[in-house]
Amino acid sequence: MRDMIRAEHLSFSYPGVDDTPGVRVFADLDFRVEEGSFVAVLGSNGCGKSTLAKHFNAILLPSGGKVYVCGYDTADEDKLIAIRRNVGMVFQNPDNQIVANVVEEDVAFGPENLGISSAEIRRRVDQALAQVGMSEYAQHAPHLLSGGQKQRIAIAGIIAMEPRCIVLDEPTAMLDPRGRREVMDTITKLNREKKITVVLITHHMDEAAQAQRVVVMHQGGIAADGTPKAVFSQVELLHSLGLAAPETVELCWRLNQEGFDLPLDRLDETECAQILYDAVKI
Amino acid sequence: MEPILQVQNLNYFYSMGTPFQHQALENVSFSVSRGEFIGIIGHTGSGKSTLMQQLNGLLKPTSGTVLLDGQDIWSDKSLTRQARFRIGLVFQYPEYQLFEETVYKDISFGPRNIGLSPEEIDRRVREAAAVVGLSEAQLQVSPFDLSGGQKRRVAIAGVIAMEPEVLILDEPTAGLDPAGREGILKNIEDYRKTHNAAILMVSHSMDDVARLTDRLLVMNGSRLAMDDTPAAVFARAEELTAMGLNIPQVTRVFLELQRMGLPVPSVYTLDQAVDALKKCRGGGRHA
Amino acid sequence: MLKDITLGQYFPGNSVIHRLDPRTKLIVLVVYIVALFLAANWVSYALIAAFLLTVIKISTIPPKSIVRGMKPLVMILVFTAVLNLFFTGGETVLVHFWIVTITAEGLERAIFMVLRILMLISGTFLLTYTTSPISLTDGLESLMGPLKKLRVPVHELSMMMCIALRFIPTLIEETDKIMSAQKARGADFETGNLVEKAKALIPILVPLFISAFRRADELATAMECRCYQGGEGRTKMKLLRYHLWDYEAFAVGGILIAAVCVLRAFGL
Repeated sequence: MRDMIRAEHLSFSYPGVDDTPGVRVFADLDFRVEEGSFVAVLGSNGCGKSTLAKHFNAILLPSGGKVYVCGYDTADEDKLIAIRRNVGMVFQNPDNQIVANVVEEDVAFGPENLGISSAEIRRRVDQALAQVGMSEYAQHAPHLLSGGQKQRIAIAGIIAMEPRCIVLDEPTAMLDPRGRREVMDTITKLNREKKITVVLITHHMDEAAQAQRVVVMHQGGIAADGTPKAVFSQVELLHSLGLAAPETVELCWRLNQEGFDLPLDRLDETECAQILYDAVKI
Repeated sequence: MEPILQVQNLNYFYSMGTPFQHQALENVSFSVSRGEFIGIIGHTGSGKSTLMQQLNGLLKPTSGTVLLDGQDIWSDKSLTRQARFRIGLVFQYPEYQLFEETVYKDISFGPRNIGLSPEEIDRRVREAAAVVGLSEAQLQVSPFDLSGGQKRRVAIAGVIAMEPEVLILDEPTAGLDPAGREGILKNIEDYRKTHNAAILMVSHSMDDVARLTDRLLVMNGSRLAMDDTPAAVFARAEELTAMGLNIPQVTRVFLELQRMGLPVPSVYTLDQAVDALKKCRGGGRHA
Repeated sequence: MLKDITLGQYFPGNSVIHRLDPRTKLIVLVVYIVALFLAANWVSYALIAAFLLTVIKISTIPPKSIVRGMKPLVMILVFTAVLNLFFTGGETVLVHFWIVTITAEGLERAIFMVLRILMLISGTFLLTYTTSPISLTDGLESLMGPLKKLRVPVHELSMMMCIALRFIPTLIEETDKIMSAQKARGADFETGNLVEKAKALIPILVPLFISAFRRADELATAMECRCYQGGEGRTKMKLLRYHLWDYEAFAVGGILIAAVCVLRAFGL
């Protein structure tokens, strides 16, 4: 399996303003994302997860070390467009990503920038809107849509460029539960059906639980890296990082402190109920 | 003791008389006592935001009354103005309303509008800053030099500085990480205790609401569907799901356990779940 | 209150007027305005009015929306009417008290001027109501194309216009929110003299500006991530191409202005 994204010995500092010193975010970080995978990056505010995400499409360039995307070095200016058409990015604020006054015209913005023919753009826009389930809103004004719908339009705008990877930086932070569900359903579907690599930056445990791989970051380094079950069962570690495990795991962990002996990897509610039932029924 | 806030038969229509007219609140009635912590939950569009703005006099009811200490806030202009100060309203993402040169000045905006003396303003600003955990030094910096979480604390302090008897917050933890959420919720609880203030908190986090509130108001389609303790509300899990609302994960696990035949009660917090299962095991051992 | 502003709003539809090329609409609008100013008298006006009403009918835009858009202009209309009513000299005096004289000519002139403004504004509204802002800016960009040779940043200007129109409703919403939040802290925007009222706007303007800059920054980053590089090499999903109905529209516009010129020669 190829690496979609590869960071090697990455170091990065935000430059200081006036006489304040810069802020060092990474010292020597290695990070890889396999093609076709769905990775969630978790961590408290300030752990560096957003900063890392911005290195994946060359919004930020490393102070030291290298970041390779689809084999291209992000520091290579000539490859900038190639990198960005392969790795799309969706941001937190749904409003501040939408450029046009009509939904389908906004989705067309990316392909238009790439100089694609009119007929092909039309085809891609229609397809992208269908993939995010927003075809009936093609002629609507974006400002009348809900947060979840706006984010789906933003995602459509990215997939219209036919990228191989989408990076989403806390895309659901400003959404209500329904909007969050809509966005999560859309990206899991894109990963499953279109094999698009997905990197999801979040601090919602239930969203990270839907990924294949969870990476927990802390102060610019990786504190845990594995499947959701493997990561969320390390309850003490999560607590020490200011995070919590999903409630199902927390419940089993608390019960273990009271003398129970439950596994800590049953994230799913039905699975959790089963082991509780078994434990109590002896 | 008389409740501090009473809402009676509140109806509100947007764009009254135009073809876009629509009813945002329908016959809503409830009361709020001092020191109560009330959670307001409901799907988007159920009328929660509109309801909040009715309570502090920002919006005028199409019909119905809002009573503060037994007086109709719309019966007199001065009462309406008082309502603004005695009922504090913190909107969603309140950090976007900061505007002054220093944190101190921004927090003092509310008290200044009340028309208090400089000494009183100073006392209130410092106290409010202390409640939200801002330091002396931070009072003198520009609010725009602070982090997102700190800015939010400044905004909340700005409302607390008016020492409202009722504090209404719209999703105060939206967009914050777990540590940030805990901090804000603790600040709110501290304010409630020290001032015996009533708190109304709109939230989508069932877990937060289950843990902290004495009472839950459930809005559904512009009506008040439920007004009861968290225990009673979460026991009606099916109705809540039908309304498009989440229920706490532990509640769902226990519903499943009940379905499987285990004699457990309905729970809605982690503590309750742990206790219930301990009892269950204890019972099993003795069998 | 703020929701009444229909400036820049677009009512989607499928009428012939909607489907016209934006350049056609822009050009015919200019021709229409020229005709309005060339119109010498009532017969020309009747002709232009007939043209306007026909276009409104075809466009399926509800006349109510056009009327609603006029609300902010009531003062200008009243002012124009008054100016012409009282200060036009003439022979047939209708009313005369103190220093005020109203002549029949004045009355006629006043009605003439008010009607001109009304028809001018209606025509412009028809353009914005039936043409999406992106089409409009595309049309303008195309028409201004030749100016590129003079180093005028045509693409950048049209991109700015497009983004401005897109954010008007969003900024209006945000202003509403900020106003509510400050009112909740006791801000008062109604009482006080002019200076006090101006000062009271600071708690709205500062957050609004800061937010606008933040939005611009985030939007620019998002645009770059979508491979925006300026106008070079950009294609368009909706290609501007003239069709039969555009030529028909040009013909009608041509006939209109020709007729008005002829009528003008006869003083009609």
